[in-house]
Amino acid sequence: MARTLLLIGTRKGLFLLESTPKGTDWEVRGPFCESWPVYHAIHDPASGTIFAACASDWHGSAVWRSSDLGESWAFSSEGLGYGDGDSRKVSKISSLAVQRGRVLAGVEAPGIFESRDGGESWSLLSTLSGQPGSEEWDEAANQPPGHLGISALMPDPDDEASFFAIVQGVGAFETPDRGTSWTPRNRGLRADWPRPHAEVGFCVHRLVRAPSDRNRLYQQNHVGVHRSDDGGLSWTEITDGLPSEFGFAAAVHPHDRDTFYVIPLDPGHGRCMPAGHAAVWRTRDAGGSWQQLDRGLPGRHAHLGVLREAMAIDGGDVPHLYFGTSTGQLYASIDEGDSWTEIADHLPTIWSVAVAVAD
Amino acid sequence: MANLHLPPTLTSLFPDLPRRVEVDAATVAGAIAELEECWPGLRDRLLEPGPCLRPHIHVYVDGERAALESMISDRSRLDVVAAISGG
Repeated sequence: MARTLLLIGTRKGLFLLESTPKGTDWEVRGPFCESWPVYHAIHDPASGTIFAACASDWHGSAVWRSSDLGESWAFSSEGLGYGDGDSRKVSKISSLAVQRGRVLAGVEAPGIFESRDGGESWSLLSTLSGQPGSEEWDEAANQPPGHLGISALMPDPDDEASFFAIVQGVGAFETPDRGTSWTPRNRGLRADWPRPHAEVGFCVHRLVRAPSDRNRLYQQNHVGVHRSDDGGLSWTEITDGLPSEFGFAAAVHPHDRDTFYVIPLDPGHGRCMPAGHAAVWRTRDAGGSWQQLDRGLPGRHAHLGVLREAMAIDGGDVPHLYFGTSTGQLYASIDEGDSWTEIADHLPTIWSVAVAVAD
Repeated sequence: MANLHLPPTLTSLFPDLPRRVEVDAATVAGAIAELEECWPGLRDRLLEPGPCLRPHIHVYVDGERAALESMISDRSRLDVVAAISGG
């Protein structure tokens, strides 16, 4: 019987949540990964392995892995560095993806490493060298402590050689050939600050692709929510109707390319849900209009933040949604966002949420 | 043999790595290399490219703050400390 697990990456380790057989409660296991900060965690359905991108303040970065759904763990950083002669250092592993038998890891200082042996060893795949802006992003002064570098990787489900990478504060790039060559994919995006290069300088927070249409992409940007109908070649802003242009998390419906979710946040230093009123926002018409979804969520004094990888949606006929907060609450919806239930509380700061369906 | 004391944040990462290890080395770097032979991957947990000690890893030889090139003797005590930081 298939098991549904939630992979919760937090500032103090990885947690696994599994619903009880009746589906009325959730069992929490963890913290795993020796309570190292976990920036992102994923499940590879092909191998059954859980991978967690970790960076310890004391002991550096490594990718942890479990092939038995969390019963046992190993880690490796073999090859996951720029070498003794390079001024760039791997301060953290920020993002992970699996693509047809290989594992990709995005790191800071910006670079992408790959593993072809299930995470036992790694080699440098690309630093996107030569792309506009790459000289600036390689400077240590442009890598403050919280910087993620390659903040996300998004494989193409239909093309094993193609994937997107987000360079934090710079923009989205696509490779058609496993990371050998790259093209900026930011045309039509907005930026409210000076940019020295025409094609980059955009702050892409979260990029998602509709499973039902590979050409339909959405993104939550630092300034605005945007949609692409041509696989990322061009973007159209769809912010109108939302309470804030700022946010991090985003999710797209698995079967309906026009249904998309974001969690707007105040853009200032607080970066919490506006007016202390918790809500997810949904469009059913590709951004033409938006609905506030707040049934079951706290309506007062709820100063909740949700970070870029902290909302997930599964592939069910009626998909379930989940989001985790910077204050350790985890919420779930089993009716496409119409209503929400708190399924965990008192977790450490949640940085990522992923859904895994395992045998 | 020098006597090396390790922090619990390190020993919990490697099966059978004890808190106290005896090493036969002339420098701090040599002691860490000796540990790496027995527990592969341990060097990466203490050093970053350079190589140099990670920013929050401190090493003391006989009570004095030490660097990788610091000399040790047969009767030295080495303390590897995961420095208090963060929250």
